[in-house]
Amino acid sequence: MTVLIQARGLSKTFVLHQQDGLTLPVLHDVSLTLHSGECVALCGPSGAGKSSLLKALYANYLVQQGSLTLLHHGQMVELTRATPPQLIAIREQTLGYVSQFLRVIPRVPALDLVAEPLLPRGYTQAEARREAGEWLARLNIPERLWQLPPATFSGGEQQRVNIARGMIAPRPILLLDEPTASLDAANRQVVIQLIQEAKARGAGLIGIFHDQDTREAVADRLYDVQAVKLPEPTTED
Amino acid sequence: MRSDTILEVRQLSHLYANGQGCRQIDLDLYPGEVLCLVGESGSGKSTLLDTLAGRRVPQSGSLRFRDRQGTFHDLIHGDTATRRQLARREWGHVFQNPRDGLRMNVSAGANISERLMALGQRHYGHLRAQARDWLERVEIDPARLDDLPASFSGGMQQRLQIARNLVTAPSLVFMDEPTGGLDVSVQARFLDLVRRLVHEHGLAILMVTHDLGVARLLAHRTVVMQHGRIVESGLTDQILDDPQHAYTQLLVSSIVQA
Ligand SMILES: Nc1ncnc2c1ncn2[C@@H]1O[C@H](COP(=O)(O)OP(=O)(O)OP(=O)(O)O)[C@@H](O)[C@H]1O
Ligand SMILES: Nc1ncnc2c1ncn2[C@@H]1O[C@H](COP(=O)(O)OP(=O)(O)OP(=O)(O)O)[C@@H](O)[C@H]1O
Ligand SMILES: [Mg+2]
Ligand SMILES: [Mg+2]
Repeated sequence: MTVLIQARGLSKTFVLHQQDGLTLPVLHDVSLTLHSGECVALCGPSGAGKSSLLKALYANYLVQQGSLTLLHHGQMVELTRATPPQLIAIREQTLGYVSQFLRVIPRVPALDLVAEPLLPRGYTQAEARREAGEWLARLNIPERLWQLPPATFSGGEQQRVNIARGMIAPRPILLLDEPTASLDAANRQVVIQLIQEAKARGAGLIGIFHDQDTREAVADRLYDVQAVKLPEPTTED
Repeated sequence: MRSDTILEVRQLSHLYANGQGCRQIDLDLYPGEVLCLVGESGSGKSTLLDTLAGRRVPQSGSLRFRDRQGTFHDLIHGDTATRRQLARREWGHVFQNPRDGLRMNVSAGANISERLMALGQRHYGHLRAQARDWLERVEIDPARLDDLPASFSGGMQQRLQIARNLVTAPSLVFMDEPTGGLDVSVQARFLDLVRRLVHEHGLAILMVTHDLGVARLLAHRTVVMQHGRIVESGLTDQILDDPQHAYTQLLVSSIVQA
């Protein structure tokens, strides 16, 4: 099986300068491998660092220690040393991330937001929109909403727009932070299917799924994120 | 200079007599990239932007630009004629105050045509057709072609500045607080337009803004300045979600949500 992500000894500590340099360790010596075609579910109690790990894998959070390599166009690339344009290319072509909340330019219609990731791949605006429509339809977003910016959508509708935007351009690696948190059973089922289709085409996924049914339906294995055990948070002086 | 950078800045300083300004700036800009400069008032953002745009002469450091043909230009020691030509053909400059970026005493159409004429275009009908086309692209009714910019709203004036600059298909556009005077909904429209044009034309944008929300939505990368220096730079979402420098943390925590 092809290795997509190889993380070794990742450590991350927040230093909060606003709080007199309070240090907050969140990841300690985390090692994790992701293969193509599998879905790994991160588990652990609230605050254990699951979202932080996902963000570190996306280079949204910087790690202080460890190595994080990822298969990009047939080569293992060290993410912690990648340049900004490399990171942008990696995110565009290889590494997708579905965040918990949608964060986009206010005035843009849902349809265009979903279509956008296809544009760098050479789709025309019309082709991209057509495909975006298929995704929105599949995720049960009523057609009358497609031309509206999602700012006024319900939480679940926004989340589905976010999923469509995050998954429409197929990428070999996908990170998902509670993609089904505010969805009803029917829509959760759609997302489960989308994840299974992604696995079937060889993608590797790492996700956080609070809902046990979803987790059991999609995860091939669990990865336990351990809260960093330290006596007490320490203060620099 | 790396073959893929459009602008390469090394140890660049421009200091005023009082010792303020920007100092020892290192920066690379890539084609098609939006980069935001953020930082408190007086931190040197406009000074840096103006120096990069050739509007101020740096005391030290190097500054190089790669044009569309792949030719490198030394912007400090190179000759002025070439620099002026580059400014006209390859760069654009959008100012916070439309009065600094537009000619208020000539029509919208003439504002758009000016750079084309400077590049040698003379055919009246052709100039008008391009001006009309660009008004449409920036969502201004082409029927307003012969109106003076003063009769436009603030948001329209900013979009006219965009049209005036982009008509020569520049590869790099400098913008200093382009949304500063606009209310929120007009600002959203402007940002949407900029985002679309970046996509369609692959242009690079260097934008000064005090609004981290603007950076979040538009910028691939964000550079944070304090006391004339760059204190932190990185992918925008990393800078905003995991700021490392004490000043960046202060900046991020002092806004409601970006
Ligand atoms: N940007 C940040 N700055 C400071 N502290 C942070 C930041 N992000 C996360 N943390 C802290 O790191 C710890 C782990 O948070 P994280 O969000 O990763 O937990 P989680 O396992 O995803 O929890 P949940 O299940 O509740 O979502 C928490 O104590 C959190 O407050
Ligand atoms: N022409 C000038 N002569 C002397 N000092 C100047 C001049 N222009 C700017 N300064 C000073 O240089 C410093 C940087 O100014 P600059 O305009 O670059 O700041 P800025 O980051 O753009 O601030 P703002 O967000 O308020 O526009 C300030 O302290 C300013 O007072
Ligand atoms: Mg979480
Ligand atoms: Mg300024």
